[in-house]
Amino acid sequence: MRKYLLGLIIGVVFVAYSTILRHQHSEPIIAPGTLSQNSSPIPSNSTNTVNSTPPAPSSTTTAQYKDGTYTGSVENAYYGNVQVSAIIENGKISTVNFLQSPDENPNSIYVNQQADPYLKQEAIQAQSSRVSVVTGATFTSNAFIQSLANALSQATQS
Amino acid sequence: MKQTQLIMGMPITVEVIDIGALKHFKTIFDYFRKVDDRYSTYKQDSEISQINTGLPKSKWSAEMKAVIALCERTRKETYGYFNIAHNGRLDPSGLVKGWAIANAANMLKNKKVNNFYIEAGGDIQASGTGSDRTPWTVGIRNPFNTEEIIKIITIASEGVATSGIYIRGQHIYNPIQPEKALIEVKSLTVIGPNVYEADRFATAAFAMGKKGIEFVETIPGLEAYMVTGDKIATYTSGFDRYVVNA
Repeated sequence: MRKYLLGLIIGVVFVAYSTILRHQHSEPIIAPGTLSQNSSPIPSNSTNTVNSTPPAPSSTTTAQYKDGTYTGSVENAYYGNVQVSAIIENGKISTVNFLQSPDENPNSIYVNQQADPYLKQEAIQAQSSRVSVVTGATFTSNAFIQSLANALSQATQS
Repeated sequence: MKQTQLIMGMPITVEVIDIGALKHFKTIFDYFRKVDDRYSTYKQDSEISQINTGLPKSKWSAEMKAVIALCERTRKETYGYFNIAHNGRLDPSGLVKGWAIANAANMLKNKKVNNFYIEAGGDIQASGTGSDRTPWTVGIRNPFNTEEIIKIITIASEGVATSGIYIRGQHIYNPIQPEKALIEVKSLTVIGPNVYEADRFATAAFAMGKKGIEFVETIPGLEAYMVTGDKIATYTSGFDRYVVNA
């Protein structure tokens, strides 16, 4: 039963956390890009978004965690490891840091450098939301949840 | 007409155009549940969990052996970046999702359903056309703002898959190399001849970091769109032909 409760709390915290991040990073939408990486993106007035931000969960569980910094377990995000540390201040999560992320895969790889000149670049830019279906990443978040769950379980132990 | 169910820990959506195809929805969702029962590492009684607790290879199902063989083939094709073995345990989920979507799509085709897409956790297999015989359109999600689309592509019978990290912010940085955040790959979308190919190569190429897009460029039949921390997209030479209003 405690496991389920903890799972629920973590779920709510995760949703809340992502919602907060989303709000914090409502960044300027970038104007049509150039092929040069040196150009500075110019904010535009385009406001095409998919949907309004989903409402924050109403039944927010205000779990009282012990203040401190808690390092979560290393979780396999398939192509690398994800590990987070949670900083608890005044009983609440104030910061979640990524200690390991899949990008920091130390392995090196030989890839044919000939491919480079054929690649093209542009600044990303908001588009119409009128599409049949959306592609995006999902599964890294599982590893994130697992590692954060582990960190928070330490924060609840007395 | 579409339906979404939560299976394998993610929303799975099937959309069809012909009303006659609706009767096959149950078959498709049942199939995904069966896949989950066998390959979920979260289910203690799944075959993969039994394998990870010592089930000898002689007792593996023929399907499991085939899937593990596909994983091994993918490992070799990706310089070892696609690897299902971690801490002595096997987790083929990075391949099973695309594989299962492709199988489900073939099931619909065998039932003479031609116009549909199946999407599971952001990976997509399309077939034919959408409503009014217009092509299926796929939006690539902005890794910095998941409510937003940054690219629209059209596909006919191709598959699309994305690997990435969508959790970021000022809290997520590399304290030793702060500038590294700018070059980190946030998402990598791969278009392939089917979702099985797109998914396994998206998974492996994402693990390669910035080199991943170059790797995809070298593989015939695959195109990719990579977004890095500087909000720049890098894409392969043939990607343009899928882009709407390119």
